[in-house]
Amino acid sequence: MRMNGGHALVKALEDVGVEVVFGYPGGVALPIFDALYDSTSIRTILPRHEQGAVHMADGYARVTGRAAAVIVTSGPGATNTVTGIANAYMDSIPMVVFTAQVATPVIGTDAFQESDITGITLPITKHNYLVKDANDLPEVIAEAFHIATTGRPGPVLVDVPADVSKTEITYKWPVTVNLPGYKPTYKGHAKQIKQAADLIAKARKPLLYAGGGILASEAWKELKELAELMQIPVATTLMGKGAFPEDHHLYMGMPGMHGPKYVNYALTETDLLIAVGVRFDDRVTGKLSAFATKAKVIHADIDPAEIGKNKPVDVPIVGDAKGVLASLTAELRKSAAEPRTDAWMKVVDDWRARFPLHYDRESGALMPQLVVERIRELTKDRPTVYCTEVGQNQMFACQYLRLREPRTWASSGGLGTMGFGLPAAIGAQVARPDYLVIDVAGDGSIQMNSQEMATAAIEKLPVKVVILNNGFLGMVRQWQELFYERRYASSVLDQNCPDFVKLADAYGWHGSRVTSVGELDAALQAAFDHPGPALVDCRVVGEENVFPMVAPGGSIDEMLGGLPGGPVSDMMDDGAVTEVWE
Amino acid sequence: MKMQHTLSVLVENKPGVLTRVTSLFARRGFNIDSLAVGVTEDPTLSRITIVVGGEDTSLEQVAKQLHKLINVLKIQDLDPKEMVDRELVLFKINAPADRRHEIIEIANVFRAKIVDVGRNTLTIEATGASDKLSAMEDLLRTYGIKELARTGKIALSRGLRDGA
Repeated sequence: MRMNGGHALVKALEDVGVEVVFGYPGGVALPIFDALYDSTSIRTILPRHEQGAVHMADGYARVTGRAAAVIVTSGPGATNTVTGIANAYMDSIPMVVFTAQVATPVIGTDAFQESDITGITLPITKHNYLVKDANDLPEVIAEAFHIATTGRPGPVLVDVPADVSKTEITYKWPVTVNLPGYKPTYKGHAKQIKQAADLIAKARKPLLYAGGGILASEAWKELKELAELMQIPVATTLMGKGAFPEDHHLYMGMPGMHGPKYVNYALTETDLLIAVGVRFDDRVTGKLSAFATKAKVIHADIDPAEIGKNKPVDVPIVGDAKGVLASLTAELRKSAAEPRTDAWMKVVDDWRARFPLHYDRESGALMPQLVVERIRELTKDRPTVYCTEVGQNQMFACQYLRLREPRTWASSGGLGTMGFGLPAAIGAQVARPDYLVIDVAGDGSIQMNSQEMATAAIEKLPVKVVILNNGFLGMVRQWQELFYERRYASSVLDQNCPDFVKLADAYGWHGSRVTSVGELDAALQAAFDHPGPALVDCRVVGEENVFPMVAPGGSIDEMLGGLPGGPVSDMMDDGAVTEVWE
Repeated sequence: MKMQHTLSVLVENKPGVLTRVTSLFARRGFNIDSLAVGVTEDPTLSRITIVVGGEDTSLEQVAKQLHKLINVLKIQDLDPKEMVDRELVLFKINAPADRRHEIIEIANVFRAKIVDVGRNTLTIEATGASDKLSAMEDLLRTYGIKELARTGKIALSRGLRDGA
C-alpha cells in the first residue's frame, strides 16, 4: 500500500493496537495529524498542554498496562513533554511519544522550532529513535511499542522529521522486531528460586515488600497466593499500592517515610525481606545502613541493574514478578512448607493495634485526613480509580484510601511531579469510562496543570477533583515547620486565590466548596453523582502535618509524630511484646 | 576497591550509540581514561574499548546500566592477565641531523617505525601496551616532542579462553 510517512505512522499505530492518542499539533506535525483525522479506530484527545498529554498517556497506562501514544510537534511541543517522560521513566510506565522534527536537511541548523529532543531525552527514555528514512517507520514503531511494554516497561520516544512524514512509501505490515541487544529475562533461575523458597520455608519473621513490578507483570494473584500460603504480611510501596487487597489481614501498608509505624517496625524486625518488583528507594529505606539489618534479603526484579544497587542481597533473582512468585509458591508447595508466622503475626497485629494512623478527630475541624476517609467511605461500593497530585495530598491519599483491586491507583512516585494527578485522571477515565475517577489534589499541585479542566469538559470525561485546600504548599511548609524554624519561605498560597469554584464554573464543571465537616459528605456525594466533571474545594486546616514521618536520612523505625512509640528496640523491650519465636 | 578496568563493549553500528554509551559514564561521574571505537568483522557491529577507573561496585552498576541500552550487545570487563591490548602513538620529535641516529636507535629498541622524515623532525609510529609507550615517551622527551597523538586502547581477550 502506498502512503506518506504520516499515514504510515498512523497505520502502524492502528496495527500495533493503539486505541488512543493524546496529541497536540503544530507546524511540522501536520502530516501526522492529517492522517489521524481519517483514523476510525484511534480516538484522539487534544490536551491543553503537551505535559498534560504525556501524563494522560501515563494515567491510561497505569490502569490498563497498555501503552498509549503521544504525538506532539517539534521544538517547544517536544520539550514540553520532558517532565512527563521523566515521570514515566522513573515509574517504569510504558508509552510511546512521537515528536515531529524539522526536516532532515535543516536538522542542526537552529531551524524554527528545532530542538534536539533525542539528545534531551537520552537519559529519561528506555530508548529513542530519530527516523531519517520513511521506509523505517513501520519497523521503528513496532520496535518502540515492543520495547516500551516488555521487560521493565518505560517510555520510548520517536522523533519524526517533517520530510519523513511527507515521503511516499510502500507500507508493509507485519514487520519483524529484531533487537539482538534486547532480551529481557523473564524466568527466574531455578537454583535461586529453590534457595529463596528454602529461606521462606524457614523464616519466622518474613515480610513481603512488593512494588510496581507486581502491577507491571500482573502478578497480584501470585503475590496473594504466596502471602496466604506462608502467612506472610505484605507491605506495598507507593508504586505497588493496589497490588495486594487492602482489606486483607496480611496487608500492612506503605513502608518508609510516611508509612504507618507498624510497617516500619516490621521492616526493621523482619528476619527475611522478600522484595519483589521494588528498587529500595530512599523514601522507603531511610538510612540504608539501618534498614532491615536483621534480615536476609531476597530480591526479585526483571531489571538486573536494580538488584544490589542500594541494598546488598542474599538471594538475587532476575525475572518477572509473576513467574518468580508462581515458581516460589510451587516450590514451597512441593516441599509441603508450612507457615511458621503465628507468633510474628501476633506481634505485627499488636503493633497495628497500638500504632494505627492517627489524626485529631475530636476538634471538629475539617481535617485533610477526614476528607480522604470520607472519599474512601463514599466510594467503597463503586468501582473507583484514585489519582493524586504530589505532596501532602498524595501521602494522605496513600495512607487513608483502601484499594480493593489492582490498577486503580495513579500517583507520581519516583519523580514526584506536581500537576500529575488531573491529566492522569483524564487518561484513566479514557481507559475506564465506567469507573469513578477521583483526583485527590492540593491547592498548589492542581494549579500546575489546571488547564486540562478544559480537556475533561470538552472530551466529556467526568473526572472528579477533590482539593485539600490548605492555602500552603503543604509538604514544603511541613518541612519548613519541622526543619527550618517555621520560616515559610515561598510556601504560602492563598485559599481564596484562585476561587476554585469559579474556576470550575469557567470550565463548565460542577463546583462546590466545603468549609465545615457538616457539608463534606453531601458535597462529595453530589460531585461523585454528577454526570460531568466536578470539583470540590475543601478548605481544610492550614497547618496539618503528614505523620508519622521519618526525618530525611533517618532510620525508618525512628519516626516523628503519630502515637507515642520509640524505635523498635524499645518496643521489643517494653514487656508488651515477648519474643516468642526465639 | 578502586582500579582500572578495560571494558570491551560490542554495540550496533548506528548513529548516536557512542553518545548513549559515554553519557552513561558521565552521568555517574566516571572519567573515561581512554576510548577507542571501530567497526568489527561484522560491519553492522562496532567495538568500543573503554578504559575507566572507579570503585568496583559503582563500575558494576554502570556495566549493568550499559547492558540495558538497546544497542549494546555484549560487555566484557577484560581481565588484565587474559587480554591482549595495544595502543598506537605518533611522535613528532625534534631531530637535528646530529641527533637523528640516537633517536632512530631508540625507535628500533621499541620496534617502532620512522614514518616521516623532515628537515628538523622525525615522526615515529609505535604500537604496544600503555606502559611501553609511556616509557618510550619519557625517553623521547629529552629530544623535545613537538607533537604527539595517541589512540585509545584496543583490546581482545586471549584466544585460550575462546577455545574453552
